[in-house]
Amino acid sequence: MATKESTGMVEKRGRSLWLTHALMIFGVLIVFFPIWLAFVASTVTQQEITQPPMPLLPGGEFFANYSKALTSGVNVPVLTMLINSLIMAIGIAVGKIIISLLSAFAIVYFKFPGRTVFFWLIFITLMLPVEVRIVPTYEVIAGFGLLNTYSGLIFPLIASATATFLFRQFFMTIPDELTEAARLDGARPMRFFIDIVVPMSRTNIAALFVILFIYGWNQYLWPLLITTDPEMNTIVMGIKQMFPSGDDVADWPVIMATSILAMVPPVVIVVSMQKLFIRGLVDSEK
Amino acid sequence: MATLSIKQVKKSFGKTDVIHGVSVEISDGEFIVIVGPSGCGKSTLLRMVAGLETVSDGEIAIDGKVVNDLEPMDRDIAMVFQNYALYPHMNVRENMAYGLKVAKVPAAVRAEKVNAAAERLQLTDYLDRKPRELSGGQRQRVAMGRAIVREPSVFLFDEPLSNLDAKLRVQMRLEIKELQSSLGVTSLYVTHDQVEAMTMADRMIVMNGGRAEQIGTPLEVYEKPASLFAAQFIGSPAMNLFRGYIENQTLRLDNGATLPVSTEHSGPVQAGVRPEHLYPADQGPLDMAVGYIEPLGATTLQHGKLQGTDVAFTVCLPGIVDPNSPGAKRFDFDNHHLHLFDADTGAALSR
Repeated sequence: MATKESTGMVEKRGRSLWLTHALMIFGVLIVFFPIWLAFVASTVTQQEITQPPMPLLPGGEFFANYSKALTSGVNVPVLTMLINSLIMAIGIAVGKIIISLLSAFAIVYFKFPGRTVFFWLIFITLMLPVEVRIVPTYEVIAGFGLLNTYSGLIFPLIASATATFLFRQFFMTIPDELTEAARLDGARPMRFFIDIVVPMSRTNIAALFVILFIYGWNQYLWPLLITTDPEMNTIVMGIKQMFPSGDDVADWPVIMATSILAMVPPVVIVVSMQKLFIRGLVDSEK
Repeated sequence: MATLSIKQVKKSFGKTDVIHGVSVEISDGEFIVIVGPSGCGKSTLLRMVAGLETVSDGEIAIDGKVVNDLEPMDRDIAMVFQNYALYPHMNVRENMAYGLKVAKVPAAVRAEKVNAAAERLQLTDYLDRKPRELSGGQRQRVAMGRAIVREPSVFLFDEPLSNLDAKLRVQMRLEIKELQSSLGVTSLYVTHDQVEAMTMADRMIVMNGGRAEQIGTPLEVYEKPASLFAAQFIGSPAMNLFRGYIENQTLRLDNGATLPVSTEHSGPVQAGVRPEHLYPADQGPLDMAVGYIEPLGATTLQHGKLQGTDVAFTVCLPGIVDPNSPGAKRFDFDNHHLHLFDADTGAALSR
């Protein structure tokens, strides 16, 4: 009796395991299908895409389409756009991390007049997305002559209330005794910041870098506004620029190859940084 | 090596006075324990010496030099914290060497000092480990190592053993005391544990409510407590207190017992006798309504109330007494073990 029951349990567990797997695989297929279609479309000829039925298996044009995309593209080589995007995304991520580390450090560790006011000012900007302040920001950037420059792409986006807030919360969990021990060891504030606070925040920095890199990479509206020179296009907006205006024929295989290429760097960052920040999580002290 | 002088030091946070003027002169190489209940200001006093809190009034001098306005790093002190405060991302070696690194001591000298300290503290095998890979006792040693590599004039300890288990605490207590006496560094040690105070101190400061109730050697404090608070705080179990009234050199207790005392004082008093100084005696002045008996092995505690009153008192008897036995009923003590305190001020009366 007992054995029968226990095998029954195992059977049931096995069945539910299969069920959950089946559901998961089904979900993954749904999510993955458009990406697969894009990949297939990037490996066939223009003609094969436009005539029904749509191909579902990769064709033989992989190298032709991708090399065309990378070296010539539609308006500008995709390689240029990738480099632009990379510079912008890394600039935004690194800039945001540096600025928010410093401002969180100031807010947590120093008593200065208006500290609370500054904190709340930063906090309030959380509520204002880029789109809300885009017109005045454009005015400022245009006034400084930063249109079509990397500085113009990066600087307006590097202030980050979210990251500041996150670091503030983290710094507040660092025990006071550690600060005091550093004071007794003779570390002045910036030394303490560089030697103790930053290394202790490395897990948070890694996690934020991933999030902020993707945020920077996916910027669409801002680059669209301030880059008029195709040489300065970023890839996310560049894809849209590839769509023909008027009666031109869209070069779908190249556009699809560009889309696939646009996905590669964020995936690489996520996969490689994931290891780093999981190790960071495991490494973090008790 | 240095003297430490604390003169009328006061501390207030806003309008709240926390320390109401503490003075003590500490000579070179002395081990001073500040003991008191939580909130008595003992840690605040230590932190003022460390320079982590400002001094509201009074003067702190290390080796004759007033340090009130000096940064902690310029005071030539080292401190061991309760939670060790080790830098979690640095290994033991880096933790111990950090202060020297900041002070720009050459790497070779640094390594030499760290190795010497590690050897002294039996940490040599752990130098490359991170703090989280160490046990509590080892972390405590690293914290001490960090303090000794800097060769300060004064060591400050802020309840360093509170996070350790009882057995380790006894062991570390001895180690700290041994280390301190072999290095001969003037030390200020804060604890709420009276056993630590009794065993480690050259002299102890009993603090209560921001005041130093008594400053003296452990045995002085034990044998001649200067106040009701010191009497109750030092000694375990705590001293028994009985209300009484003195008239014509006769002490009359609440239960009606009378005792001759040699004091000129007259008026209400608190009479104190330590549990370990009471012994069973058929004609003793203290009669107990026995409550319960706790055999501890080496000794037995018998708790009860003074017959006819609600004054609880405890007797510490040698050996084992059967907890189910009725227990002894009457107790006596030697006259020189009687402590008398003014009932209003709590100050000890001279005998």
